[in-house]
Amino acid sequence: MTRFRPRAIWLLLPAAVAALWIAQQFSWATRFPKAWELPVAKTVSKSAAVVTDNLSWLTRLFATAIEVPMTLVVALLSEGGALTLGGFALDLPPLSWSGLALAVVWTGWRTGGPGLALLQALGCAYLLFFGQWSAAMLTLASVVIAVPFALGAGVVLGIVAWRMPRLDRWLVTPVLDLMQTVPAFAYLVPTLVLFGFGPVSALIATVIFALPPMARVTTLALSRLPGAITDLAAMMGCTRGQALWRVLLPAAMPMLLVGLNQTVMMTLNMVIIASMIGAGGLGFDVLLALRQLDIGRGLEAGAAIVVLAIMLDRQGRVLASGWSRGQAMSRRRGLGLVLVLGALLGTTLLGQIHAPLRAFPESWQVTTGSTMDSLVAWLNVNFFDTIEAVRVFLLMNLMNPIRIALASAPWLGVMTIVAMLGWVLGGWRLAVLGLGVGGFCLVTGLWDETMTTIYLCLTAAILSVSLGVPLGIAGHRWPRFGKLLTLAVELLQTMPSFVYLIPVVMLLRVGDVSAMIAIVAFAVTPVIRYTMAAFEAVPPALTEAGTVMGCTSGQMLRHVQLPVALPTILLGINQCFLFSLAMVVITALVGTRDLGQKVYIALTKADVGSGLVAGLCLGLVGILVDRLFRAAAARIAPQEPNSHA
Amino acid sequence: MSKTTAPVQRRTKLSCREIWKLYGPNADRPAASRDEVESRAANGRCFAALSDVSLDIGEGEIFVVMGLSGSGKSTLLRCLAQLVEPTFGNVELDGRSLTRMGQAELREVRRHDMGMVFQHFGLLPHLTVAGNVALPLKIRGEKAESRDHAVATALELTGLAAMADRLPAQLSGGQQQRVGLARALAVGPGLLFLDEPFSALDPLIRRELQDELIRLQAGLHKTMVFVTHDFSEAVRVGDRVAIMKDGRLRQVGTPEDIVRQPADDYVRNFVAGVDLTRVIRCATAARPASRSDYAHAVSGQGRLSDAAETLMAAGGGPIAVQGEDGSLIGEIDLHAVLAAVSGKSLAGEPA
Repeated sequence: MTRFRPRAIWLLLPAAVAALWIAQQFSWATRFPKAWELPVAKTVSKSAAVVTDNLSWLTRLFATAIEVPMTLVVALLSEGGALTLGGFALDLPPLSWSGLALAVVWTGWRTGGPGLALLQALGCAYLLFFGQWSAAMLTLASVVIAVPFALGAGVVLGIVAWRMPRLDRWLVTPVLDLMQTVPAFAYLVPTLVLFGFGPVSALIATVIFALPPMARVTTLALSRLPGAITDLAAMMGCTRGQALWRVLLPAAMPMLLVGLNQTVMMTLNMVIIASMIGAGGLGFDVLLALRQLDIGRGLEAGAAIVVLAIMLDRQGRVLASGWSRGQAMSRRRGLGLVLVLGALLGTTLLGQIHAPLRAFPESWQVTTGSTMDSLVAWLNVNFFDTIEAVRVFLLMNLMNPIRIALASAPWLGVMTIVAMLGWVLGGWRLAVLGLGVGGFCLVTGLWDETMTTIYLCLTAAILSVSLGVPLGIAGHRWPRFGKLLTLAVELLQTMPSFVYLIPVVMLLRVGDVSAMIAIVAFAVTPVIRYTMAAFEAVPPALTEAGTVMGCTSGQMLRHVQLPVALPTILLGINQCFLFSLAMVVITALVGTRDLGQKVYIALTKADVGSGLVAGLCLGLVGILVDRLFRAAAARIAPQEPNSHA
Repeated sequence: MSKTTAPVQRRTKLSCREIWKLYGPNADRPAASRDEVESRAANGRCFAALSDVSLDIGEGEIFVVMGLSGSGKSTLLRCLAQLVEPTFGNVELDGRSLTRMGQAELREVRRHDMGMVFQHFGLLPHLTVAGNVALPLKIRGEKAESRDHAVATALELTGLAAMADRLPAQLSGGQQQRVGLARALAVGPGLLFLDEPFSALDPLIRRELQDELIRLQAGLHKTMVFVTHDFSEAVRVGDRVAIMKDGRLRQVGTPEDIVRQPADDYVRNFVAGVDLTRVIRCATAARPASRSDYAHAVSGQGRLSDAAETLMAAGGGPIAVQGEDGSLIGEIDLHAVLAAVSGKSLAGEPA
């Protein structure tokens, strides 16, 4: 393969100039003519209506099948309630807060020692004292229900993809790519239409959203197993089933558990978003608070999401690493388990008589809502000018120029440049992909919204890179700062994307700048992480060689570290772009006018066609950006020396 | 007559005939005839990892396949074990063709008559030492009692009895490979495949395990196919050694045959790097006895290095070389040793 095509660049320039010149001569080349658009959205809506009409028995059956375990878990964790099974009605009380909290803290103690137990205890205390317990348990119930479905389906899909590499390459991987880049919102629309407004469709959307990473991890974990393990399975005379269940999956378990943890976190993230179609719980509280601009309540519920996320994440990680160290088989926990279950049952039953055991007494609860409101009011009164100055500065000097440039760019010119870029970086396939994606946005009449989306992502990416790369380099150079930075990044990544909006909106009001800052807060994390990782991965032999040559630290950075780290950093920027795309949709809540807004509007109108088409546009743009970045990273990466086995 | 040049006649355990393995476009398609595979290998689009390899491996023999990386030694092992299907050729175990066997039958053969040891151990991290060793027995559906017994025996044999409940991560590399060996032995197979079993270990541990393997083999008499890239390891543990290059066999013979009569310059290069006194046996270096009574004697099966001390005690010889039954084979002295290691054959030459 040729390393570079310098001549292609000389072709690119005149072609772009020619395209721009043509575009200025003819109006059809500047703005895509309305008459050329295709009624894609309407067709999708119509066929969806046909499907819905004919398959309602199936969806209803499906919904009923899911509803039974769902009601049970919701009843136990949160609300209590009557469960009817074959005419036999069972009145279930909710498990008491005291018993549940005890069980959570005990599990933390058993698996992660006093540190984890303390963390879990603090988490429970926050949820209880700030009156978030019930909502948090409702959210947890959704997670508990969704995770097994996502896990099971993900593992099965992953195994199938691993068994049939060709199917994986041509069908599974592209579909998973699309599923991961199509924003979560877009899933909500069809499920809403098929299953109606309510917890069941929220659950289904959640499962669809959380499934791809598990499938990916499964395929990856199985194909990364050392050759000796697969050979071992064959040489022991395993049947296919034995090989899979007794050798391969157990050997892949550490990685699978990491995937499971990721699935749990994605589920939580999606449960929050799915509150828009009736999942209830913490997400709904935040949404309500955002709509009413009730900052105090929003912050408390948002913080509760973060607390819940951290509790789940830490517990999950400890379990995952415990397995690989073989501690999962500890024997002494039998008695403790019985005691804790007894306490759980006992407090629940006692709660029927003694109310404070059942529901956390309201007189014990505190709220910082009014304090928060006055704090925000104080900030706005005293710092309004400063904040406003920053806002206007960003808007005038960075955002507006990019927005205007992109919005007024003639489509023909943009298409030419995208195609050329694809060709130079990755050959004709990438060029065709670029043309296809652009074409889709054009004929569906979503060109302007796409450009707005790209403008938001581009600005966010520019800000994130100029912020994240120096931070990452600093974190590498000063390890203590690096540790803090890692902690901050981990915290930012555990937070469901929703939560980012709250503080931003309360200080900067609704608008593009708020959206931008929320996006940057979300999308800067991969840049920092990848930069740090890239610098860590520079072989010590190279830096030592640099030191021996007498490099100053600036020269070392310029001539040794950056060139070696660049491909990885580029992948970080790629991730940053994809994160931005995912976040753009959420920022539709604060009134941007991009593809996310289209999806959001479609959601409120239950318009399957435009919701799906706008979601697909976002997904396709994401895939194109991803492929372009990957091609660029592969191009500048030094060739690995060939090793022959 | 000495045992070294004409190895013990053994029943053939494992044999392969005209094995070819091609990689490249359409390489998965087996070839119907020898002409076809030769023309496909010659057309330049395929890469022949193995070309026309035929071998007979005797029962109870440690057969070492030695070659540098890319020589095809691992591919040969994989073809013999049917982990890789040869493009052409036949592999027979106890006279039954493995290549033509159905999946179910092959599975049964593997469950009962084959074991394999891997370079990077291939232990399952979540199972204890005993759990790892028990796994192949569980796979073949062995009952708990006989399984426990077999596991205990295998652990005892490899000196791991005290570590049965540890996890692989708590063991050193050498101990992990002992577990690998115990697991391979647990099913009581007649045939063991060892794929560079000691290459990942540091030199001292490697030596220790080589000795351990030789010691075990003295009691077990398994047939072993042992792959290595280390020539001194090959001549140390092997009853016979096959040297490979570019997918072909360059020489097959006992270690002594190879060091004394290298087939070509390629083999000679390897020989130049080994300590010949640890390869050549006393019986080989001996010349006809010049008297009937000696003050000192050594075993003909011993290596020259083993005789060094006795030779020194006898003031440089000559000392008697005895057969296994104590009969007199001949005599050696310092001159005979020097002649043997300098590559000159003394057999039949008078002193």
